[in-house]
Amino acid sequence: MSLLRIEHLSKSFGGVKAVNDVSFALAPGEMRAMIGPNGAGKTTLFNMVDGQLRPDAGNILLNGKSILGLPPRAIFRADVGRTFQIAATFASMTVLQNVQTALASCARQTTSLFRRADDLHRAEAMDLLRQVNMADQAERPCGVLAYGDVKRVELALALANKPKLLLMDEPTAGMAPAERIALITQTRDIAKHRNVGVLFTEHSMDVVFGFADRIMVLSRGRLIAEGDAEEIRNNPKVRQIYFGAGAEPVR
Amino acid sequence: MTAASLAVQFLNGLANASTLFLLACGLSLIFGVTRIVNFAHGSLYMLGAYVAWSLTQHLSGGVGFWASMFGAAVAVAALGALIESALLRRLYRSPELLQLLATFALTLIIRDAVLYIWGPEDLLGPRAPGLAGSINILGRAFPQYDVVLIVVGPLVLLALHVLLTRTRWGAMVRAATQDRDMAAAVGVNQAILFTSVFALGSGLAGLAGALQLPREPASASLDLFAIGDAFVVVVVGGMGSIPGAFVAALIIAEIKALCIALGSVDLPLLGTVAFPKFTLVAEFIVMAVVLIVRPWGLFGQPQSIQRALNPAEPPSHAAPRWFYWLAGALCFALAVAPLALGETSYALVLAIDIFIAILFAASLYSLVGPGGMHSFGHAAYFGLGAYAAALLLKSAGAPMPVALALSPLGGALGALLFGWFCVRLSGVYFAMLTLAFSQIVWSIAYQWDAVTGGSNGLIGVWPSQWLASHTAYYWLSLALCVAGLVFLRIIHLSPFGAALRAARDNPLRAEAIGIDRRSVQWRAFTIAGAVGGLAGGLFAFSKGSISPETLSVSRSIDGLVMVLFGGVESALGPIVGAAGFVALQDTIARHVDYWRAMLGFFMLALTLLFPGGLAGVWRRRS
Repeated sequence: MSLLRIEHLSKSFGGVKAVNDVSFALAPGEMRAMIGPNGAGKTTLFNMVDGQLRPDAGNILLNGKSILGLPPRAIFRADVGRTFQIAATFASMTVLQNVQTALASCARQTTSLFRRADDLHRAEAMDLLRQVNMADQAERPCGVLAYGDVKRVELALALANKPKLLLMDEPTAGMAPAERIALITQTRDIAKHRNVGVLFTEHSMDVVFGFADRIMVLSRGRLIAEGDAEEIRNNPKVRQIYFGAGAEPVR
Repeated sequence: MTAASLAVQFLNGLANASTLFLLACGLSLIFGVTRIVNFAHGSLYMLGAYVAWSLTQHLSGGVGFWASMFGAAVAVAALGALIESALLRRLYRSPELLQLLATFALTLIIRDAVLYIWGPEDLLGPRAPGLAGSINILGRAFPQYDVVLIVVGPLVLLALHVLLTRTRWGAMVRAATQDRDMAAAVGVNQAILFTSVFALGSGLAGLAGALQLPREPASASLDLFAIGDAFVVVVVGGMGSIPGAFVAALIIAEIKALCIALGSVDLPLLGTVAFPKFTLVAEFIVMAVVLIVRPWGLFGQPQSIQRALNPAEPPSHAAPRWFYWLAGALCFALAVAPLALGETSYALVLAIDIFIAILFAASLYSLVGPGGMHSFGHAAYFGLGAYAAALLLKSAGAPMPVALALSPLGGALGALLFGWFCVRLSGVYFAMLTLAFSQIVWSIAYQWDAVTGGSNGLIGVWPSQWLASHTAYYWLSLALCVAGLVFLRIIHLSPFGAALRAARDNPLRAEAIGIDRRSVQWRAFTIAGAVGGLAGGLFAFSKGSISPETLSVSRSIDGLVMVLFGGVESALGPIVGAAGFVALQDTIARHVDYWRAMLGFFMLALTLLFPGGLAGVWRRRS
């Protein structure tokens, strides 16, 4: 059974069909990239999957169960982790406290008034930080980190609930090229190791073509192509949208 | 209720709506362009009335009267331009909380200036020459002057509409209202635009105050009433919307008029209900309802860009061991101090005030600091705790220790109810709604004579015999203050505290890791209300009496000053701030007549010297 199944999803803003009858399925352990020109509907689709937007029509199934209409925090509890285009962490906490807070939330301890937050889930938090190579900066405040490191902490937060599905909106945006490859490599290793399905949007083509198992191309709200890197490279429709008619295949 | 009284009240409502609109449209205009909520707007209204009074003493006749009205508006507009260019211009990039405090400081200064110049007596203005009579409405008399007022409101609306849509200046105002940075980028001179908008808005407030002079006397308490009304109108109509302010003024004035027209009515189940008593509360209820249905007001736009948040505070950890030893030693020293000072020492009385202030400030800090919720009405929960304790003692006959022990419940229940609404909003809207709710509580305490004793309050709220000595009450206050601080600190370091700070730092991220932001904030609001209520209970028994003054706006603001004074980044901030504030108040107030104005200048100095907030200063040092 597929991990995530999108069925005939549509969303309009005013008269514009931002997402128009899109369907696809994502398997556990699969890295799937969603690409397309600006305004293709990537973010809209993304925000529907993570609960920020409600679709006009269609269904979203996670492990066969509909998650339609659930708020973001409920979707998190349904084992979906998410990172944001502009990396978001809690600036007034240390790296470790960030992850501890996420773990406390997973354990439904955020109503606990009399326990000491610093003592909870320490080992598990450090373990997560080791996975994203941030263990040595555990005691630094998130507010002073370099942006690439903030992205790593955010990945650790998204992994806190042991997600089966990871949603990453432009995971490498704003990072230097070397960092970019390091982060996506890390993400892929974790995904393969934990058998997590990853759906991500991305603008840098080296990341998309080098790391995604499957690539989907959106244009004007419609899914116009789906396949592995080779298939997408040679797809004439994709070439036409991205490079205009008669363009050479992407190298 | 007859058709005649209904008609007269309806017209009366229209006249009041005009005044309200004149008052509020300036505030809305100023907020739209500068994004500053001008707390001193009510003071400018009050000044308009006083200046007009002085002018009418020298100018007589019809021409003199109208010249006085106009002159007052111009004078207040000039003052507004001065305030903008000398003060507010430096604060446009400051945190919201600081801007509100700076403009509140102005209200303190203007209030004392009015008392100094015109004295404490209410000043009755002359009637408008030629308009002193009345016209006949269905056999009832209706003042001619009010007919003029009814016309003035729509005229000003029309004039503003033309000014904003047909002139180059208006185009710039509209551009800046929509997107300040973009307007600057395309070459709008912000300095001139902002000063002129502020002058116009102030002038309209001054005109509103002047025109009101023939109807009610100028008095030094007009400012807070006016600002409350203006806030409600602007928030209901939508921040920055002029037509919104007009519609909101009309709705509120007519609902009040209807309350008066209805008079006392016998209703099934409820018995006799005196509707005129609802006039003060009615507008705040309208506001609460509108904010829940349309949080951005009837004609407003949803908040587009959130202001850049304050720089992040350093991470919170449990204090090192030596700190506990130090704190323990300090508590011990405080506990034995009365033995050295003796029962009659004034220091004991002052210390009790300080302990209560610390508890109150710490509860407010738990909202403002870790919660990121800028409450401007925290006195409500202090007052609810005080009234709960007093009523339990006086009306329910509970023993004093029980009444005191239940006082947090008073604050908590109020916070539970009001907090549910408040956490749905953020930023300026949150601040205004908390203020509105505290005004509701104040109005109820002020008007419900049978239960709260009305403006006189409740007297004879004394502690039990064994707690009646200064020394005993000192120990009780110290113990409860320390217990409250420890309680708040434990919560701050708990997973709940972490979730609260997470929701403040980044609401989107907090939701994405499963934290229910509103629920967490609602709980924090309730906890803060409970601790504030305990402070109120302690206060009631320390003074022996309470009055609506206990939950006035100025107490809320005092709390904010304490918190800011101490620095919002550290849990020690409210302790230092409250102790410093009360000690300072006690020393200065005994030597200076105009202590409030002194406080105002002090607050202004702080905001001007540290426009980034005191918190930033402490951090740079460390």
